[in-house]
Amino acid sequence: MNPHRRSPLVRIAAGLVYFFLYAPIFGLMLFSFNSSRTNIFFGGFITRVGPLIMDGSTVVQSPCGPFHWFCELSRNAEAMNATRNTLTIAAISTVVATLIGTLAALALQRYDFRLKSFSQLSLYIPIIIPEIVMGIGILVLFSQVFSFLNNSLNLAGSARLTMGLPTVIVSHIAFSVPFVTLVVQARLQGFDKSFEEAAMDLGANELVTFWRVTFPMILPGVLSGALLAFTLSLDDFVITFFTSGPGSTTLPIYVYGLLRRIITPQVNALSTIWILVVFTVVFLLQRFQNRRT
Amino acid sequence: MLKRLRENKSAQGTLLITPTLIFMVGLLIIPLILTLVISFGKRSADGNVIYTFSLDNYIRIIGISHNCPDGRATCFDPLYVQILWRSLTLAFNSTIVVILLAYPLAYFIARSHPSRRNTFLFLVLVPLWTNFVIRVYAWMMLLRTQGLINDVLGWLAGLVGARFTPLEMLYTPGAVLVGMVYEFLPFMILPIYTSLEKIDNSLYEAAADLGANPFRTFLRVTLPLSMPGMVAGTVLVFIPVMGAFVVSDLLGGKQVILVGNLIQRQFLDARDPTFGSAASLILMVLTLVVMYFYTRKFGFGEEIVVA
Repeated sequence: MNPHRRSPLVRIAAGLVYFFLYAPIFGLMLFSFNSSRTNIFFGGFITRVGPLIMDGSTVVQSPCGPFHWFCELSRNAEAMNATRNTLTIAAISTVVATLIGTLAALALQRYDFRLKSFSQLSLYIPIIIPEIVMGIGILVLFSQVFSFLNNSLNLAGSARLTMGLPTVIVSHIAFSVPFVTLVVQARLQGFDKSFEEAAMDLGANELVTFWRVTFPMILPGVLSGALLAFTLSLDDFVITFFTSGPGSTTLPIYVYGLLRRIITPQVNALSTIWILVVFTVVFLLQRFQNRRT
Repeated sequence: MLKRLRENKSAQGTLLITPTLIFMVGLLIIPLILTLVISFGKRSADGNVIYTFSLDNYIRIIGISHNCPDGRATCFDPLYVQILWRSLTLAFNSTIVVILLAYPLAYFIARSHPSRRNTFLFLVLVPLWTNFVIRVYAWMMLLRTQGLINDVLGWLAGLVGARFTPLEMLYTPGAVLVGMVYEFLPFMILPIYTSLEKIDNSLYEAAADLGANPFRTFLRVTLPLSMPGMVAGTVLVFIPVMGAFVVSDLLGGKQVILVGNLIQRQFLDARDPTFGSAASLILMVLTLVVMYFYTRKFGFGEEIVVA
């Protein structure tokens, strides 16, 4: 019996599920070339280069041709600012979460200490409670602490403590650390301790052993933990929603705000860029990883 | 000092875990305790929190109201119980639909040639990595009255010469269900795939040799062995749907109010953080209780970490 034999029914079902997964994404990308100004209906593709007829009547001068909405987007200061915030938050929280998460994995896998089982257990909290509960908790903490400090220290004006990039960044670190730690721990579990013992027997001290033996072996785990932390941060809506302030809007928050007011094909252009960038990055990383293993 | 640290393994471990523990305690455990404390508090006239010990918020959630239309002192108002029930049934229904869609695809990938599996898995991951909010937006565009689905249906109707009135799909409970299923489908495909992939081929051969037809093989071999994946997937789907508020906000409008929407509004519009905290804790306890009994009944696989 051929082990890779699948009935045609399974193939058809799988095809339909793939269609379900991808149809909305392609629809979204299609609409970023919409010639209608509001995205309530599809007014046909923007085809002409140069003068552009919008909604049948309005004539707009567009130097970008079919990429009209992409040009509009690049002139949109709010969207650019949100992009900058998103990348800043993701970069800082990934570096910190990967560093301390890896240390924690080493501690949990290699050492015995008081609070060990408590620490391990606390890492599962973000996985088993709904994200909104964690977001609300952090919001309550910051707002109570900030209002207490603002009142007791008589802070006024710009000195007042408010939600902003720092609160978003520490919250992102908090929800990504457990994922980094669990991934690195899984890597450490399948790891032969005799390599380290051999290095020590040959005269290497702890630091050299760590740097030359342990670290290279856990590196793939650390990298996939970092990748996970980065994507969790990029994708996060709920925690950011409750911990950001006026100046720390991220892309998901910005898009959500737009969707509640007006819908313009700019959002589609933004989504199209996002999807293509993520697809390319993930694809390259996948290729890179496959080559390593 | 340094020398003592070098010899003390326990101190080294403590040192390594400390930064992570600070984040876990400071931004998870203390916030949860504070949420609990505040849920017993009261809202002041200007929307701040008065710290006291009152069960009013919990009494309000279970439906005992003091604003009665007929002038009585207390009456039963099922509004919040209905919202909790709606979230619970939606999470249950979404999980069922997600399993029905995820299983064939996971099975297809697990039984495909090993050299192709990575590509198929990659194709499952891509939608997951396009942003959460963008995915909801995609469905807004498909479902609206002048959206793509109605365009296609209208075109099909035009082909056969039938009259077509566009369907009202956006801002309905069905739209919210579709949105939830779409958002969390990959979380079910991956763990089911992981457990299906582990099944040894000889088991299928043995079942065939013993005369089992494909359907019987599926029921007696494949399905039981893929249970750990389904349990892990259920945990990964059920919990986020219970707490969701963006999908219901954008696809359900004012029609579908879930616990998540209730909590969000208490903090942002209605400005009663104490009631919002109580609702948030009830959501957490409800989710944990359901998941506890579910995983106790079906066991708890390690697939959840693999995913």
